[in-house]
Amino acid sequence: MKALYLIIPLAPLAGAIIAGLFGRAIGRAGAHSVTILGVLVSFISSIFVFVDVLNGNTFNGNLYTWITMGDTAVSIGFQIDRLSALMMIVVTFVSLMVHVYTIGYMAEDPGYQRFFAYISLFTFSMLMLVMANNFLQLFFGWEAVGLVSYLLIGFWYTRPTAVYANLKAFLVNRVGDFGFLLGIGLVLAYTGTLDYQQVFAKAPQMAEAITLICILLFVGAMGKSAQFPLHVWLPDSMEGPTPISALIHAATMVTAGIFMVARMSPLYEMSEVARSFVLVTGAVTALSMGLVALTQFDIKRVVAFSTLSQLGYMTAALGASAYSAAMFHLMTHAFFKAVLFLAAGSVIIAMHHEQDMRRMGGLKRYMPLTYWTLLIGAIASAGIPPLAGFFSKDAIIEAVHEAGVVGAGFAYFCVLACVFVTAAYTFRLVFMAFHGAPRFDPSHPPHESPKVVTVPLVLLAIPSVASGWWIGQVVHGEYFGSSLVLKPAEWHGLWAYTLHGVMAPPFWLAVGGIVTAYFLYRVRTDLPKKIAMAFGPLYALVDRKYGFDELYSRLFAGGSLLLGKGFWKGGDQTVIDGLIVNGSARLVGWFSGVVSLFQSGMIYRYASVMLVGIVLLTYWFLRN
Amino acid sequence: MLLSLAIWVPIAFGVLVLLSRNESLQRSLALGGAVFGFLVTIPLWTGFDLANPGMQFVQNIPWIARFNINYHVGVDGISMLFLLLNSFITILVVIAGWSVIEQRVGQYYASFLILSGLLNGVFAALDAVLFYVFFEATLIPMFIIIGLWGGPNRVYAAVKFFLYTLFGSLLMLIALLYLYSKSGGSFAILDWHKLPLTLGAQKWLFFGFLLAFAVKVPMWPVHTWLPDAHTEAPTGGSVVLAAILLKLGAYGLIRFSLPILPDASKFFAPMMIGLSLIAVVYIGLVALVQTDMKRLIAYSSISHMGFVTLGFFIFNAYGIEGALVQMISHGFISAAMFLCVGVMYDRMHTRMISDYGGVVNTMPKFAALMMLFAMANCGLPATSGFVGEFMVIMGAMKANFWIAFAAATTLVFGAAYTLWMYKRVIFGAVANEHVAALQDLNPRELFVLGVLAVAVLFMGIYPLPFTEVMHGAVNELMRHVAVPKT
Repeated sequence: MKALYLIIPLAPLAGAIIAGLFGRAIGRAGAHSVTILGVLVSFISSIFVFVDVLNGNTFNGNLYTWITMGDTAVSIGFQIDRLSALMMIVVTFVSLMVHVYTIGYMAEDPGYQRFFAYISLFTFSMLMLVMANNFLQLFFGWEAVGLVSYLLIGFWYTRPTAVYANLKAFLVNRVGDFGFLLGIGLVLAYTGTLDYQQVFAKAPQMAEAITLICILLFVGAMGKSAQFPLHVWLPDSMEGPTPISALIHAATMVTAGIFMVARMSPLYEMSEVARSFVLVTGAVTALSMGLVALTQFDIKRVVAFSTLSQLGYMTAALGASAYSAAMFHLMTHAFFKAVLFLAAGSVIIAMHHEQDMRRMGGLKRYMPLTYWTLLIGAIASAGIPPLAGFFSKDAIIEAVHEAGVVGAGFAYFCVLACVFVTAAYTFRLVFMAFHGAPRFDPSHPPHESPKVVTVPLVLLAIPSVASGWWIGQVVHGEYFGSSLVLKPAEWHGLWAYTLHGVMAPPFWLAVGGIVTAYFLYRVRTDLPKKIAMAFGPLYALVDRKYGFDELYSRLFAGGSLLLGKGFWKGGDQTVIDGLIVNGSARLVGWFSGVVSLFQSGMIYRYASVMLVGIVLLTYWFLRN
Repeated sequence: MLLSLAIWVPIAFGVLVLLSRNESLQRSLALGGAVFGFLVTIPLWTGFDLANPGMQFVQNIPWIARFNINYHVGVDGISMLFLLLNSFITILVVIAGWSVIEQRVGQYYASFLILSGLLNGVFAALDAVLFYVFFEATLIPMFIIIGLWGGPNRVYAAVKFFLYTLFGSLLMLIALLYLYSKSGGSFAILDWHKLPLTLGAQKWLFFGFLLAFAVKVPMWPVHTWLPDAHTEAPTGGSVVLAAILLKLGAYGLIRFSLPILPDASKFFAPMMIGLSLIAVVYIGLVALVQTDMKRLIAYSSISHMGFVTLGFFIFNAYGIEGALVQMISHGFISAAMFLCVGVMYDRMHTRMISDYGGVVNTMPKFAALMMLFAMANCGLPATSGFVGEFMVIMGAMKANFWIAFAAATTLVFGAAYTLWMYKRVIFGAVANEHVAALQDLNPRELFVLGVLAVAVLFMGIYPLPFTEVMHGAVNELMRHVAVPKT
C-alpha cells in the first residue's frame, strides 16, 4: 500500500513534468494522453486506498526528513485516513473529468500542452495537501495550489485583466497565508512539533493561546476558501479558462480551507470564541455573496458567486462543530459545482466565448445534453430532494440551528435566507440562459459541444444526484471515525430524513426561490429591471460587490505605494543620502576648504596670519 | 591544505589570466580556474565531520611572528558552506560574462577570480589580521569591477561603495587592536571567544564591529550605497555583490559580535531586531515603488538580509540556522534575479520596468525560469527562499509574537514587489518593437539559469543536507553565548 500512496501524487506530477518540459516534442495528443494517464492512475489508486481505508487500514508515516532545525525535525509524510481518502477520491475524480473536458475546451488554444501541465501539477499539489501528516507539508501544498492557481488565472497572459486578476488572487491569498503561517508558528512554539498527531496529543499545552491559534489558522482558510472579507480574488479568478474555474476555483482548491479546519477539528473544539468567529464569517459570506450572484449577468460570475456562497455554508458548518456536514457538503458541492461550471463552459464554447446571459436565451433547444446536466447541477445546488445538495445543505442548516456559540441565531437567519437566494440565482441562470426567446445572433446558432465535453458532464451529474444518499454514514454515522471530531446525532434512515426535510422551512424556501425566479425571468420579465431601479443605491451596492474592490485598491494598494514612495524619497533619498551621506561628504568638503585656506600659497596671507599669531603669543607671555 | 587551495587557486588563476595576452586563452583560463576552484571546495563538504562542532581543515603557520599574527585558517559548520557557495557562483559569473564582456576581458576575469579567492579567505580566516586583510582587500576588485565595467553613473556608485564600506571598517580595526592588547597579544579569533570582557567594554566593541558589518549586510539605515552600487555594476558584479559580498557583514556578526561580545549582543538585541524589522517592512515598501529592475532587486536583497540579522539576534537555534540558510538561499536567488535582469539588459540596454512588457511572448523559456526565481524571491515553499524565512519566522515566534508578525509581512510585501515587477515586465501583450525582436535564451544563458534553478529547487525540497552541517557549530555557539562573560 505504501507504494500506492506514493504513486497517487507522483503520477500526476510525472505527467505535469513530461507535458511541461517536453510539450513540444510529444505534441498535443501526447500531452493530454500522458497527463490523463497520470491522473487516471492516481484516481484508480485512490479507489484502492479508499477501499483499504474502509477496511480499517489507515496509515501515518514519514517519507523523509525535510529539515532539522535545532532539535526539531520536520518531515514530509502522509496521513491516510477516512478524511484524506475521501478528499483523494474527490480531487482525482473531478480532476480526471476536467482533464478530459479540457481536450474539447482548449482544442483551439496555442497553450494546450502548458495547460495540461498546469492542471496536472495542480492535482499533485492538492493531493500533497490533503495527504499531509503535518503542518509544513500542508503549507507546501497550500502555497503550491496557490501558485498553480496564479499561473492558471493568468493563463491568457496577454490579457491585462487576466494578469491583474492573478496578481490580485496571489496577494489576497498571501494575506491569508500570513495569518496561517503565524498560526503554524504558534503551534510550533507551544508544542515543539508540526506533526498533526503529536500536536493534537500536546494540544493542552496550547490552551492559553488556542483561540488566537485557531483564528490565525482560519485566516489562512479565509484566504484560500475566499471567505468574507478576503473573498475579493475569487470572482476575478474567472479570467482563467473555465476548466480550471471548475477544478480549482470551485471543486477542490478553494475547499482546502474547509478541509484544513476539519483536519484541525480537535483544536477548534477547544475554543468556542474561534468557532463563533468561524460560524459568523461563514454565514455572512453565504448570504452576502449569494445576493451578489442575483445581480450578475456574466454566466461564470454567477457560478463564481454561488461558489463563494456555498463555501460560506461549509464554513458555517465548521463553526457549528458539524465538521462531517462541512466535509459532506464539500464533496457534494464539488460534484454539482463542477457540473455547473463545466456546463457553463460548454455554453461559452457554443456561444463563441460570449459570457453575458443577456445575449443568450432559449439554449435548451440547441444544447439539450448541456441543459439537462446543468439543470441537475442547479436542482442539486438549490437543495431539492433527492439530489445531493438537499442532504448536505440540510445537515448544515440543522447544525447551525443547534449551534450553541455566540452569533448562532444570526448565522441561522443568514443560512436560512440564503436557501431562498441560492435557489433564486441558480434558476435565474437556468431561465435566462436556456429558456425564453433566443437573444443571440440567429445566423450563428450554437450547437451542442463534442463528446469530450459532454461525457464528463454526464459523469459528474451522476454523483450530483446520488452522492447525497450517503448522508447516513458520512454525517450521522461513523464514516469519519476518529479522523474528525464528531457530534453524535439521531438517525432514522434516509426516508425519514427526506420526509422530515420536505416539511421543514428550508425546502419551502428553496421552492419559493425557484418560483420567484420563474416568475421574474419567465412570466414578468420586465420586473427585474424595475426592482433594480426601485432599490437603486442598494442594488448598486450589491452589484459592485459592496465596494470592497475599490476600498482595497485605494486603501491597501494605494496606501502601500504611498508609504513606499514616502520612505524612498523622504527617508532614503532626503534624510539618509541627502543629509547624512552626502551631508558628511559636504562637511568634509567644507572642512577641507577651511583647511586649504591655510595653504593658499599667498605670502601676504601667511605673513598676516603669522603676525596675528605673534601678537597673540606675546600677549599670552606678557600676561604670565 | 584544502582551504589554502580554495583561497589561492582562484587568485593564482587570476594572476595567470592577467599575464596572458590572448582573449580566448584568458576566457578558458578563467573558466578553468573557476571550475578548479570549485572542485577543491567540494571535499570540504563531503569530508566534513558532522560530529565535530569545532574548526576543521585547520592550517596554522606563523606569518608575522613579532606580532603573533598567523596564517590561521579553518572552517566550521557556519562558514564551510559559504566557500562552496562562493566558488559555485564564481563559475556562473565567468560563464555569464562569456560573450557579454568585450573590453579588458582579462582584467574583468582576473578581478572576479581574485575576488573569489579573497572571499574564501574571509570565510576561512581564524586570525583577526588575516580576516581584516581579506575583508578589506575584497573592496579593491569590486571597486574596479563597478568603476570599469559599470553603467553611466559608475564612478559615483563605485566611490560611494568604497568610502561607505571603508569608513565602516575603520572602527573595526580599532576594536581588533583593543582585543589584541586585552588578550595579551593574540589575534586568534577563537581565543577572543573565551576572553572575559566587561559589559561596558563589550558595548563599545559591539559598535566598533557593528558599523563595519552593518554597512556590508547592509542594515538600515546604512544601506543606501547598495542600490547605487547594484544599478551601476555590471551583471557579474551585481551577482557577486548580492550573493557573496553582502554575506561578509552577516558572517562577521556571527563570527565576531555574537561569540566575542555575547552580553553586549544580548543587550543590543532589541535594537538589532528593530533595525532588521525596519529592513523587512520599510525596505519592502520602498522596493514596491522602484522603477528600475536592478534597484528593485537591490532593495529586495536588503529586505531579505533583514531576515538574516533578525535570525541572529533572536538567540535561538531556529533563528540562527534559519539566518544561515537564508544567506545561502539568498546567494542563489539574488544571483539568479540579477542574471535574469542581465539577460534582458544585454538585449534591450535598459533596466527600466516601463520599457518592457510582454517579454513572455518572445522569450517563453526565459519567462518560465524567471517565474521560478521570482517565486523563490517571494519565499514560495519548495524553493530555497522559503526555508530560511520559515525558520526565522518560527524562531521569532518563539521569542515574541509581534516580532514574528512584523517579519511575516514579507509574505505579502515580498510577493507584491516581485510579482508586480514580473507582471509588468513579462506578462501582457508585446509592448514595443524592441520586445518583439527579443531572442530567447541562448544555451549558455540557459545553462547558467538552469543550474541555479536546480539549486533553488533542491534546497527547497531537501534542505536537510544544508542544515545538518550547521547543527554542531550552531549548538556550540548557542551554548557559548548563553554563558555571560562578565
